[in-house]
Amino acid sequence: MQLFPCPFCGPRDETEFHYGGDAGNARPDGADVPIDRWAGYLYLRGNPKGSAHEIWVHMTCGEFFVMERDTVTHKVLSSAALGGEHAA
Amino acid sequence: MTASRLTTGGSAIDRSRPIRFNFDGTTVQGFAGDTIASALLANDVAVVGRSFKYHRPRGIWGAGVEEPNALVDVGGPQATPNTRATTEPARDGLVAKSVNATPNALADRNAFLDRFSRFIPAAFYYKTFMWPDWHMFEPRIRAMAGLGKVDTDWTSPGTADQINHHCDVLVVGAGPAGLAAARMAAGAGLSVTLVDDQRNPGGSLGHRAGEIDGKPAAVWIEETVAELAAGGHLILPSTTAFGIYDHNLVGLNQRHLDRRRDTLWRVRPRQIVLATGAIERPLPFANNDLPGILSADAALAYLRRHAVLVGRRIVVATNNDSAYEVASALAEAGADVTLVDIRRDGTPDTPAKVRLVKGRALAAANGKLRVGGVTLDDGTRLDADCVLVSGGCTPTIHLFGQAKGKLTWSEARAAFLPGDPVDGISVAGAAAGAVSLSEVFAGSEKAVASLGQTKAAVPRSTGPEATGGMAAAWPLPGSKGRIWIDYQNDVTVKDIELAARENFVSVEHLKRYTTLGMATDQGKTSNLPGLALMAGITGRTVPEVGTTTYRPPFTPVPLASFAGARVGELMAPVRRLPLENVHRSSGAVFQEYGGWLRPAHYGGRDADAERAIQDEALRARKSVALFDGSTLGKIEVIGPKAAEFVDFLYYNTMSTLKPGRCRYGFMLSENGVVFDDGVLVRLDEHRFVVSCSSSHVTAVHARLEEWRQDRFGRDAVYIHNATSEMATLTVSGPNARKLLEAVGLGLSLDDAALPHMTVGHGSYAGNEVRVTRVSFTGDRSYEISIRADRAEPLWAQLRQAGQAFEAVLIGLEALMILRAEKGFIVIGKDTDGTTLPHDLGSEGPRTKRQTEYVGRRSLFTEEASRNNRMQLVGLTVPQGEAPLPTGAHGIKRENGKLHSQGFVTSSYQSPTLGRPIALGLIERGATRHGETIEIQHLGKVRKAMIAAPCAFDPAGDRLNA
Ligand SMILES: [Zn+2]
Repeated sequence: MQLFPCPFCGPRDETEFHYGGDAGNARPDGADVPIDRWAGYLYLRGNPKGSAHEIWVHMTCGEFFVMERDTVTHKVLSSAALGGEHAA
Repeated sequence: MTASRLTTGGSAIDRSRPIRFNFDGTTVQGFAGDTIASALLANDVAVVGRSFKYHRPRGIWGAGVEEPNALVDVGGPQATPNTRATTEPARDGLVAKSVNATPNALADRNAFLDRFSRFIPAAFYYKTFMWPDWHMFEPRIRAMAGLGKVDTDWTSPGTADQINHHCDVLVVGAGPAGLAAARMAAGAGLSVTLVDDQRNPGGSLGHRAGEIDGKPAAVWIEETVAELAAGGHLILPSTTAFGIYDHNLVGLNQRHLDRRRDTLWRVRPRQIVLATGAIERPLPFANNDLPGILSADAALAYLRRHAVLVGRRIVVATNNDSAYEVASALAEAGADVTLVDIRRDGTPDTPAKVRLVKGRALAAANGKLRVGGVTLDDGTRLDADCVLVSGGCTPTIHLFGQAKGKLTWSEARAAFLPGDPVDGISVAGAAAGAVSLSEVFAGSEKAVASLGQTKAAVPRSTGPEATGGMAAAWPLPGSKGRIWIDYQNDVTVKDIELAARENFVSVEHLKRYTTLGMATDQGKTSNLPGLALMAGITGRTVPEVGTTTYRPPFTPVPLASFAGARVGELMAPVRRLPLENVHRSSGAVFQEYGGWLRPAHYGGRDADAERAIQDEALRARKSVALFDGSTLGKIEVIGPKAAEFVDFLYYNTMSTLKPGRCRYGFMLSENGVVFDDGVLVRLDEHRFVVSCSSSHVTAVHARLEEWRQDRFGRDAVYIHNATSEMATLTVSGPNARKLLEAVGLGLSLDDAALPHMTVGHGSYAGNEVRVTRVSFTGDRSYEISIRADRAEPLWAQLRQAGQAFEAVLIGLEALMILRAEKGFIVIGKDTDGTTLPHDLGSEGPRTKRQTEYVGRRSLFTEEASRNNRMQLVGLTVPQGEAPLPTGAHGIKRENGKLHSQGFVTSSYQSPTLGRPIALGLIERGATRHGETIEIQHLGKVRKAMIAAPCAFDPAGDRLNA
């Protein structure tokens, strides 16, 4: 069982977290977004081997954050609160 | 008598505390400190079970977790099937039964199977019972094969505790290596947890000779343990470290000698020291599975720990030095001992009173139900009532392997040893290939060296040192006779040869084809000989063949340990209403709805339930109904961007809502599908209440948080889920207003002051109340929200004032009828994972909204614009007919075939209309009102008329009546 670092609470058991999707999957706004682009936003995922940037939520405090981890070794490389690039 | 209890000795047993237990219907006597196995041996019980496939008689092989044969089903409060007799403490009054034997191990009625063994090799069942259908044969085959039985009548006497634990260093194994490492780590000022699966610490020092720091081993063990305990370190005996998981989480299962369930420990250490020892391997010779053939090391353990002499005329067969101490000790204890060593040269001195035969191996064991002698490879026959074998030691590297540690092959040790270190894990002692105590202690020092300077000295071995002197003796292809590799799964040399002929040469294929290394012992004694044989057959080296993947658990762990307290009602706890007890005293019948325990109806159990529900719904329309709607979502959205935020989250434009007003709307998923519906209340300019459906509160809250943090920023919007802070009591019906006026809520209920879809504020008994005029019944309704802990007097007052109006308490079932009469939907019941808002008749925002909202783009795809989408409709059947079955399909006939064109989503008998009503999703349904459609369910076809969803008061007059 992995230990994930919540930017607010510190290291906690993975059972307290939910996966929230790929980080950097920016939402294209508008009713006329090209359909391929919209389908990509909805369904296309990188599924990288190795380093992956992912959104996770710490269920017990409600914090969404970006975590970089290695999908092969399960090593956690970094974690940071949301904001900046994702905020409007 | 051959095996027997000696009159003195036995470090583990307490002769002042005799015990009696039952094995296969006979009474066995022993002492406190015995295992079931040691007591059985002391009573000379040789046959303790039957093998998995051939029903061969099987005796005790080992003295610990590696035991492949001696499995028993233990009954009583701590019932455990398939437990190892070698680790199970013998308790007074315990009842144990041999496995896979009918009626008992000695006289098994399926023993005839062994005579047909050459017809049932590996994979026999796969190949033979394929035609016509494996499932025809499976029940009888399963009844004859397999191991222990679960007692299905048994109920747990309690739940297992689960403990989360942190320490600097976790030492697994309290043998010499573990004790030394623990002591040195403690001396470096670190917190240490020491676990061992035996009842007493010491590991091999409990039965092997040793002198440490000039003291007998037993004294050194006692002093070391006392020192650790005095230092506040945690020592857990009878505890197995069964798994290492991601980020070095270690799972421990602790057994208790009293009647408590096991305890599961989740340990997060900074450093793990694996001092898990090694397991002795068998030697290959014909009939090497006969009862009376034991591991030599186990025989020494039984002698020194339990004062059990395993035989009178003993042959000890070995390929290494470790058996010499065994032979010597048994001879000293009075047995007649012949030591057969495959090595010609380089053997240790012949022990006193022992006959030594050099350069010879066993060819076969002789005997039927138990061993009666052996034949050497030169044809010499020796009588024996017990045969001990030592095929060398296999380091216990399972945990290291689980942690993805790489193994390296040691030709000198004829074993896999831990290779490159894994972060946070070190290995010491016999697990790392050490043989002598000096090597062991040097390994312990190295294992903790990186943890800092220690004040504890490295222990010194001051007595005679163990030597290895290993000469490999692997099973060879083409060997004569039936040579067992895996005792537990009845895998012989011939089965592995067969697997190789059929090209199952990869270890993972070999395992699955022959079952080598499966089941409760996971091949602790058999894996390496099996791999070595496959290497020999295919002309590869052992490391080229490789090992199968190491996976937890190391030994079986009761599921009760993993379940812990999460059983019964706690498995998935229901959410409860603040007024639950009040409803109970009103005769409410409770059911779980979307995680909430709610009144389904009041009174009328079983057969009378339907009548009670119909009565509630009818009376609700006549005068006034009281309903507990506390589960309704009450999620507050607050802040300068709150209006912009709810606009984005809802399909409907919400920012145009005036303070004090409410609006019904949909939330969509990004794929356009309707996710939730509900009412949004605008309390003031910057404050809204999202009144989502009861079962979606958690999901809606999570969704709001995600968009808030990801798109709007933490300072722009604040979200607070107040759902369980407040109770919501609903008053609905033509007399709802009169009833509330009689109660008095401190606000004007005049329709001009508080029209439909508005919110007002009042007070009751000094507590603020929020009164929302929204309606899920179609009748004039008021939802009154009040602090949950102050709701009870208000509910009582509503009921008392209600008497004058013949008010009725209604449960969720009646509410479902009332809302269906109105065509009001329940998301997830009247919609599915494809339903878009315009399928439900809500076209406006899709065609008119210019601002962005969740799911918007998905409403303009080819799929969303298809002209034959399923749309929400009402379905009418003639008066006097039964309601349509929910889930029944609307069908069309094309070229003689039936095709589905949608289905019934909700269906009830309407007491008010006196006929059945139904809602459904039907292809192009919105344009087909008045059309008759065939509805099919389980082969029966009925007719229904497509209608508007609303079957009652379509003009909505009753909202203000
Ligand atoms: Zn947190």
